[in-house]
Amino acid sequence: MVLTGAEIVVRCLQEEKVEYVFGYPGGAVLFLYDEIFKQDKFRHVLVRHEQAAVHAADGYARTTQNVGVALVTSGPGATNAVTGIATAYMDSIPLVIISGQVPTAAIGLDAFQEVDTVGITRPCVKHNFLVRDVRDIAVTLKKAFHIARSGRPGPVLVDIPKDVTAQRCEFAYPEQISIRSYSPTPQAEPEQIRKALQLLLAAKRPMIYTGGGVVLSNAAEKLTRLARLLGFPVTNTLMGLGGYPASDKQFVGMLGMHGTYEANMGMHYCDVLLAVGARFDDRVIGNTAHFAQEPRKIIHIDIDPSSISKRVKVDVPIVGDVGDVLDAMIAGLESGGRPNPELTSAWWRQVDEWRSRNSMVFKNSDEIIKPQFVVQKLWEVTGGEAFVATDVGQHQMWAAQYYGFDEPRRWVTSGGLGTMGFGLPAAMGAQLAHPDKPVACITGEGSIQMCIQELSTCKQYRLPIKIISLNNRYLGMVRQWQEIFHGNRYSESYMDSLPDFAKLAEAYGHVGLQITKPGDVEGALREAFARKNDLVFMDFQIDQTENVYPMIQGGKGLNEMILSSEDL
Amino acid sequence: MRHVLSLLLENESGALSRVSGLFSSRGYNIESLTVAPTEDASLSRMTIVTSGSDEVIEQITKQLNKLVDVVKVMDVSEAAHIERELMLVKVHAVGAAREEMKRMSEIFRGRIIDVTESSYVIELTGTQDKLDSFLGAIDSALILETVRSGVCGLGRGDRVLKVQ
Ligand SMILES: Cc1cc2nc3c(=O)[nH]c(=O)nc-3n(C[C@H](O)[C@H](O)[C@H](O)COP(=O)(O)OP(=O)(O)OC[C@H]3O[C@@H](n4cnc5c(N)ncnc54)[C@H](O)[C@@H]3O)c2cc1C
Ligand SMILES: Cc1ncc(C[n+]2csc(CCOP(=O)(O)OP(=O)(O)O)c2C)c(N)n1
Ligand SMILES: [Mg+2]
Repeated sequence: MVLTGAEIVVRCLQEEKVEYVFGYPGGAVLFLYDEIFKQDKFRHVLVRHEQAAVHAADGYARTTQNVGVALVTSGPGATNAVTGIATAYMDSIPLVIISGQVPTAAIGLDAFQEVDTVGITRPCVKHNFLVRDVRDIAVTLKKAFHIARSGRPGPVLVDIPKDVTAQRCEFAYPEQISIRSYSPTPQAEPEQIRKALQLLLAAKRPMIYTGGGVVLSNAAEKLTRLARLLGFPVTNTLMGLGGYPASDKQFVGMLGMHGTYEANMGMHYCDVLLAVGARFDDRVIGNTAHFAQEPRKIIHIDIDPSSISKRVKVDVPIVGDVGDVLDAMIAGLESGGRPNPELTSAWWRQVDEWRSRNSMVFKNSDEIIKPQFVVQKLWEVTGGEAFVATDVGQHQMWAAQYYGFDEPRRWVTSGGLGTMGFGLPAAMGAQLAHPDKPVACITGEGSIQMCIQELSTCKQYRLPIKIISLNNRYLGMVRQWQEIFHGNRYSESYMDSLPDFAKLAEAYGHVGLQITKPGDVEGALREAFARKNDLVFMDFQIDQTENVYPMIQGGKGLNEMILSSEDL
Repeated sequence: MRHVLSLLLENESGALSRVSGLFSSRGYNIESLTVAPTEDASLSRMTIVTSGSDEVIEQITKQLNKLVDVVKVMDVSEAAHIERELMLVKVHAVGAAREEMKRMSEIFRGRIIDVTESSYVIELTGTQDKLDSFLGAIDSALILETVRSGVCGLGRGDRVLKVQ
């Protein structure tokens, strides 16, 4: 069948069973939009800014197991998308981004709306392509989806010049694809797994530290099974939340800069550490030299060899898919014997003692709304079952600390890049993926203004997201660092001239509530979630001076935590 | 430590910038980099001379392998191997220096490939060290210009970098 390039793109997306394309039109993609107009197999969601198109595709991908798809025009369309692409890249989220390009003959001539999109995005994509021939479109898109979702996932960009979308050729979508230079799923070596089990069975102070890789590998149930067989404490990174049930008694909470006392002390003093799909980020380990002072054996499971021994030297590297490796470890334990609980009983007493410090406690108030209290109430009102997208800042940390996730893919946050403006569009993607489920966006008055235009998209597509704005009239996370490290000089961190967010939401056609008293928090949340069809913007006027604790200062070790302002 | 890495990569536009971009964005050293097509028209072969601790070299190798356009990576300098570099040197050659240059070129097994009344171009192949010593041995005031190809290398004997 002879089709135009634009028809081929649309057919490829259909073949990939794409449900939603998030995008924004422009000159270079007019042929593509013409074909989208003529079809109804997938839906196009018109965002109000290309950054939001990519974040929405990202939120969709994180809350499903599918590849998210975004479509943008050349030049400014592509550059606006870059923040979204980099965000997905840092958190290993599978996306395919299609960008229009000026016609092939105009490339390199500083044509109208020309930028070197492949060059600009090269450092923040898993891979990218410039398609110069209509006959290459189908195979390139097939490769793009394959690369995005396999191995360590990531965004793949396909740049298509306008003339290529108008040319014609015979269309056939390849069934299979093989790329000789790309073998994404290494098979773990049985010998390494055997060594790992040996270490784990002899451990006296074991710790299981898991991250985003468990979620990406859809291996949460396997992790739970392995952890139960071993009976060891489990901690999650920010990206790993939901990969292990937060309500489980073996769970010691998140670790790292704003993690619990018990998780960080456990991580520091353990004798055998099992790291699963986590990359020893600087927000987690802090000072690596300090971390290395305490002797321990480290087993590290990761699909990407470059994640292993990058920041922290590992004793037993296991290169493979988390799911496959956990299966093999479970099988090994089931046939070869369980650990003796007596070996670890003293360690558990120690962990429980650390736990009894209750590092997540906060002083609630009758007069002023405490942000932690809002998140706790949100958890209660939604039964812990909401999809929660966040922006970046203090509110993000309170969301991570006080909303316990029992299931994976419910927690949607920008961890690696820390992109303000991510929350609302990501929540849109989550809500489209799960139209009948509650979706909350926990945000701050600073972050929400970075993509606030998407309230309009939410109206158009009737997305009943519940926005929980923890409004402290400050770029709170910045203010906290200025308070602690810069002598209370709050340089440019005050949010002046804020709009009345409730009225702003109403102007977009939504419901807006302003909540100022602690006694009204629960009622507002209940009212909001009872409005099944409405987007409700809740502007919680919270305590301006509240800080995120516990905290590890930059350069300090995991056992040098500040638990509250009294420790400063 | 100095390492010589050999890469086979897809002969596609952009492949070179993926590799060089990786080195600059992650702050790895490049002492020299050469690239040219191979007997298989779909592949290019690149030789990179870099330096770093064992950990850094391990990361470089892993990161290179991760690039989709990179088919194979080998640390040639890890075992017995051969390195060669080509250098062209244009020197001022009049009077006594004319004979002296010719003699030095012969000692270093170079060839004079261009002659004018006042200059020679000397072609020299060898290891990086040999080329450096030649430059050290002649009167630096007489050097008009030099150009070097960067290092090419391959493993000795059975150590072969090839796609099956
Ligand atoms: C304001 C702020 C504060 C923060 N504070 C903290 C904090 O206190 N604590 C914290 O933990 N983080 C914190 N972060 C997040 C931090 O920056 C990192 O994003 C996060 O720690 C990385 O999580 P991860 O190690 O799970 O890695 P991810 O980025 O999720 O990486 C996943 C790893 O799993 C591997 N992988 C992927 N798929 C598979 C598979 N199928 N099989 C095997 N392996 C696979 C990947 O190769 C990668 O190595 C904070 C971020 C912000 C913005
Ligand atoms: C796009 C972007 N710019 C700047 C920053 C740096 N930054 C991190 S947190 C923060 C403050 C966020 O303020 P707000 O959204 O009000 O959240 P709060 O910390 O007050 O809860 C800033 C500016 C960032 N993460 N992203
Ligand atoms: Mg704020």
